[in-house]
Amino acid sequence: MERSNKKGLALMQAPAGTARGIRRHERQPAVLNFGQDRERFGWSSLLLLAPGTALLLLLFLGPLSYAFYLGFTNMELIGPRSQHYSFTGTANIVRMMHDGSLHKSFVLTIVFLLGSAIVGQSVLGMVLALLMQPALRLVRLSVGAVIIVAWVMPEVAAALMWYAFAQTGGTLGLLLGRPDNDFLATHPLLIVSMANLWRHVAFSMLMFSAAMRNVPPDVLEAAEIEGASAWRRVLSVTLPIMRPTIVTNLLLVTIANLSTFTLIYVMTQGGPGMDTATLAIYVYLQAFSFNQLGYGTAVALLLVLLGAAFSLLFVRNARVAD
Amino acid sequence: MPGSRTERVQTTGTAPKSVASPAPAYPIFTLGGVLRHVILIAIGVAFLSPFVWLVLASVDAHAGWGVRLPDLTVDNYRAVLSQRGLTALKNSCFLAFVTSVIATGLGYLAAYALSRRHVPLKRGIMLTILFASGLPVSLLLVPTYQMYVAFGWLDSLFTTSLFLAAGALPFAIWMLKNFIDAVPLELEEAALVEGAGTWQTLLRVTVPLTLPGLSVTGIYTFIAAWGAFIAPLILDGNPDDEPAPIAIFHFMGNHGEFLFGQLAAYSLMFSAPVIILYFALSRQFSGAFAFGGGLKG
Repeated sequence: MERSNKKGLALMQAPAGTARGIRRHERQPAVLNFGQDRERFGWSSLLLLAPGTALLLLLFLGPLSYAFYLGFTNMELIGPRSQHYSFTGTANIVRMMHDGSLHKSFVLTIVFLLGSAIVGQSVLGMVLALLMQPALRLVRLSVGAVIIVAWVMPEVAAALMWYAFAQTGGTLGLLLGRPDNDFLATHPLLIVSMANLWRHVAFSMLMFSAAMRNVPPDVLEAAEIEGASAWRRVLSVTLPIMRPTIVTNLLLVTIANLSTFTLIYVMTQGGPGMDTATLAIYVYLQAFSFNQLGYGTAVALLLVLLGAAFSLLFVRNARVAD
Repeated sequence: MPGSRTERVQTTGTAPKSVASPAPAYPIFTLGGVLRHVILIAIGVAFLSPFVWLVLASVDAHAGWGVRLPDLTVDNYRAVLSQRGLTALKNSCFLAFVTSVIATGLGYLAAYALSRRHVPLKRGIMLTILFASGLPVSLLLVPTYQMYVAFGWLDSLFTTSLFLAAGALPFAIWMLKNFIDAVPLELEEAALVEGAGTWQTLLRVTVPLTLPGLSVTGIYTFIAAWGAFIAPLILDGNPDDEPAPIAIFHFMGNHGEFLFGQLAAYSLMFSAPVIILYFALSRQFSGAFAFGGGLKG
């Protein structure tokens, strides 16, 4: 990567002057010119990049770098510390180490992530993709449509549906033969995880289906002729070929699910107690319900660290296997 | 492992049958084929079950939490098209439209430069963009709130959609660049030889050729902003600006006077547009998912 960069730089500097010279005097060899033009950074490129960069600097990188400062302050939403806050060094980190409800939230996040996202969503997505590939068109399209609607519909509507689904007298109780049970009170994390799995499995399914179409059929055929069972073909041919997609999927799913907010918040607001307050919810509660803007941001930074750690884990594992 | 042995016995048993019938590429009327379909349909039914209440309650005059045969009525739909419900839908439209136009427009310009021009540190920029699209919004909430307080930008739908657009921009650039990369360079070179300028080439050649990509990205950002919840919740407290997701959340909060039927009807009406949009463009969307190994490159 470094080498190609250097080469690019060298090319960029060398022909820049000459290209400009040719262009000024004669318009004819435009084709030759074009080739070299692409190697230098033109003012029109800057013009193309400027508006997007400006927006990102103002409302993305700006808040992002500001967050790294705010996370180390004692700013509060209301009261004297909303104006006169100060840099408190490691105070927020010390506070995090002694914050019992944060520890609980951390564990909840890991359980939610492992159960709903990594195992649930990826495994069910893979199972669906495997089952769908050889299924009848009508079955494939209608089951696929239901799963995709769950994913495309607004998150608030999905949350409302699951809220109703798990209520006392709701559909879930009816199906399980326990109509007088409020599942959001008795099994809050399980219901929230199931709702999240229900909503997001389409993403993994679509990604795996797309990748499965790229598995060369002759390899599968050869395996079948050699007498490999269906199980064996999936385990020894399809899955290894799809490895890069699986790693990408795990990465994207983990990052997306770490910041799941709306679905959980609309259903439970983090409750009952703090039983469904994953880190994303905890950040919001600290900042805007308990008014601890500085401390809330510190927890958000922890959330990003967690995401980075998971990403690193997946990417490194993928590399070792290659 | 014991499972694999029985499977093997089974497939060797059915192998001649699949050779004999050439029509289906995969055997369907075998034990395994039937089992596959039964499992698939069972999963489909399980996924469908949460929808049942929403649909039935929306046409039920006396709906509750339970699933029951409805006392058919369209009053729920009529009632939610009142002042507050309509305003919220209009606000959602505005948020989604402005966000989508800004993110797609600015994203297209940047993606064109990144695809066609020499930009220093291009690979680094693209990786940063990919990383940025994965950052949790919760991290940006507090600092953005503080900035909006300082700018006096709170309680405005337009500034809220600016924030949404900034959040959607990294992914839009990434997606659009893939689409522009796929257009053969020769077509643009030909236009340049003919004496067309940069902007003319962009507008007359590249944009028409990447129209499917533009619409996919536009609709993707539209769908995301249509359901936006946390950004308007924090940045826009003006009750007149309340978009539909917040309205539904507030409806749900009124536990005392819970209007089940109306809530269900409104949620269905609010969900329908994006579901229709998605399926209208689903063919192009499936193409957007083919970037499976994208991280490797």
